[in-house]
Amino acid sequence: MPASPTLTIPAPPPRHGPSDLRSLADIEARIDELAERPGDPGATVRELLALGEEVLEHWLFARGETPTREEREGFRLLALHRQGAKGEPSFNACRETCRELVYHHNLIMLEPSHPDRAKRTKLAAMIAKHLCLFVSGKMQVAGLGEFCCAAKPLRSGDDQR
Amino acid sequence: MSEKANKTKKYDTVGYYPGCALEGSGNGYDVSTRAVAKELGLRLKDVQNWNCCGAMEVKNVDPKLQTYLSARVLSNAVHLDRMNVVMAPCNGCYHNLKKAEYDLKHDAQSREVVGELSRKAGHKAYEAGQAETIHALDWIKEAIGEEGLRERTKGKLAGLKVANYYGCMYVRPRHIFPEKDQGPGSESTSKPHFMDDLLAAAGAENVEFPLKTACCGGAHTLSDSDTSTRLVLNILQAAEAAGADVIATECPTCHTGLEMHQVRAEKRFGKKTSVKIMYFTQLLGLALGIGPRRLGIHTNISESMDLVIDKCLT
Repeated sequence: MPASPTLTIPAPPPRHGPSDLRSLADIEARIDELAERPGDPGATVRELLALGEEVLEHWLFARGETPTREEREGFRLLALHRQGAKGEPSFNACRETCRELVYHHNLIMLEPSHPDRAKRTKLAAMIAKHLCLFVSGKMQVAGLGEFCCAAKPLRSGDDQR
Repeated sequence: MSEKANKTKKYDTVGYYPGCALEGSGNGYDVSTRAVAKELGLRLKDVQNWNCCGAMEVKNVDPKLQTYLSARVLSNAVHLDRMNVVMAPCNGCYHNLKKAEYDLKHDAQSREVVGELSRKAGHKAYEAGQAETIHALDWIKEAIGEEGLRERTKGKLAGLKVANYYGCMYVRPRHIFPEKDQGPGSESTSKPHFMDDLLAAAGAENVEFPLKTACCGGAHTLSDSDTSTRLVLNILQAAEAAGADVIATECPTCHTGLEMHQVRAEKRFGKKTSVKIMYFTQLLGLALGIGPRRLGIHTNISESMDLVIDKCLT
């Protein structure tokens, strides 16, 4: 009888700053590559999960935090999201995206012979891409300092001049 | 009378708060909501002299002012129209009215500011609990229900594959929606399903769509259009990968964003997608036998008439 697939994802070696990470553009390019030419679905979805973690690490380093090594509900991705949303409720807009990525990982790993496996892998890549795009956008907005650019002059007092 | 029967009766006539978007770019949502109400025998009573809910902009300037603006809408519904249910089809309006309700219930300073501004404006202040704010999805789900829709539509949407897109404001933040996540029959904030339920009752086949609450980049539209376009493009491509013919929407901002960036994605990035985008009320209207023009389908940017004809929905 074949061994049941493991759902545990080994944590990557600790990264000490954004220079230890690939750029968000490189991560996005790799996700696109996996969406277009997925290999073994199990290996692909594990890599997608790891890429999702790397995306969230970008966000945490940008906020001056050390990305957690802990897991939540068995997944580091969910622990990283929780850490990233602390004090930043708008970051919860990607909460379900993270959970969908975990869900698709589980679908693919637990139903290895399902006829929709290829479709599920493709959708998992699109979910990971959405997370990457969302965080890239948030990083840019965080650089501007405001959620809505129209409010920035009001808050910074630039309109007083 | 059971709780279900109570709600059915309570939602038979509701205060209708269309909000600014439904008078502009979301006009197709407004006309289809009114047409569906008429067909189903439900009464919409427009809130008198309503104002902007504060949208996102006012919140960034002064959150308490936004609470007041939303509270004024509720005050008019209660004191001028004698309504105890306000239905807001726009996710932004719905969210802001629910947030005002939450703030007025839990925050003394909000009550003080709303009281003071209401006094200055010369109207009665709205107090938490005087009205219930619901979304168009709650309204049809409770007033008619799946069984009622099944009887009236006779599976008219059969063969139509739908990706239901709720956007992020319909369920977030969870604490302002105390009625959700209450077990069977209630809406879920993590996997919303009311739109899925209603369209399935009309015969549609809902596809597994993992980005149903994902961000459409609405807030980036003006400051960073490329980010919005890429987020929307990914949603459109995911809907196509999931096998959908059409994306059903329930928010004018999400809807306009999907339509606008579908065009922009082709122009800017050379990425064409052909999935259609329609309000869920337009799809329900078609299922009820209402003509596409009466549902404002011809006013959508996304050209959907070929799909309507292909699927024999007219």
